[in-house]
Amino acid sequence: MIPPFETFYEAHRDEVFRFLGRRLGRERAEDAFQETFLRALRAYPRLEHGDHLRAWVFTIASRIVVDEARRRRPQGALPELAAEDGLPAFEDLAPLTDELPPKERAAVVLRYGYDLDYAEIGAALGSTEQAARQAASAGVRRLRKERP
Amino acid sequence: MTISPALDARFRDAAAAAELLDVAFDVIDDTPIGPLLVGVTDRGVCRISFDSDPEHHLELLARQFGPRVLRSRRPVDRMRRELDEYFAGRRQRFDVEPDVRFLPAYHQRVLGELARVEYGATTTYGTLAAQTGNPRAARAVGTVMHRNPIPVVLPCHRVVGASGSLTGYAGGLERKELLLRLEGAIL
Repeated sequence: MIPPFETFYEAHRDEVFRFLGRRLGRERAEDAFQETFLRALRAYPRLEHGDHLRAWVFTIASRIVVDEARRRRPQGALPELAAEDGLPAFEDLAPLTDELPPKERAAVVLRYGYDLDYAEIGAALGSTEQAARQAASAGVRRLRKERP
Repeated sequence: MTISPALDARFRDAAAAAELLDVAFDVIDDTPIGPLLVGVTDRGVCRISFDSDPEHHLELLARQFGPRVLRSRRPVDRMRRELDEYFAGRRQRFDVEPDVRFLPAYHQRVLGELARVEYGATTTYGTLAAQTGNPRAARAVGTVMHRNPIPVVLPCHRVVGASGSLTGYAGGLERKELLLRLEGAIL
């Protein structure tokens, strides 16, 4: 059963906006916020169940951040990012994890860049909590080996 | 950091403007019969309730019309304006269509007949029952009135007992009396 969109939106709007603010700065976060929830609204009727909606909306928001970064990068320097909570921003993690296999990279970035828990990462990657945990720790091991 | 009311309103407007909502709802706070929750679809008005707590309606609206139920002011503006005019005594008929597509056929038939009862007039449960095929179904008509999802617009307040007594009203007899007085149906 999918909850009414109002319930979903009220539950996640503030943390999604905080997340976007950290990655993009407050001003660009406003457009990204609207885009995130409009995309969520478009996809909402196709959801088959209401599990892991938090991970789902963070996945959408993450994609928008990546698109934004890609769109902006060629035009000049990256904007300054406020790191309010000390988490490494996606832009910081992305180059470090470039050479990891895709699944390990996604798990590492979602865990350490976006602070999702393993159940949410599993959902976002279409696998299980256990598999997400293994992928993240394999990724971290590989990074340690590559960058002693 | 929480989102500003302006950003929140901007998203809610954009969602409606993009025609992505199954139901848009809002609460009209200041009517003579108290706050009203009003829900609208792309076909018209689908819910008016004297219980203005959205929490009590979201699940049911989502089940009936689809999960994209969102509070949004603008889509409700037209219904809000018509209700304002009605309560000010400047409107006798609503132009916004009632959206009853998900009601059982019998309810649709009875409510369709009810919609023809004019401003300022009253009818009885028995009369409506006879007009919809079964003169002995007054009690069933009473049930349809009690479950009317769009009171005021579908004027179940204009249905009274055969003796002329007000009988009952899902929103309470005081509201029924106030509406009939407003319309000049009782003194």
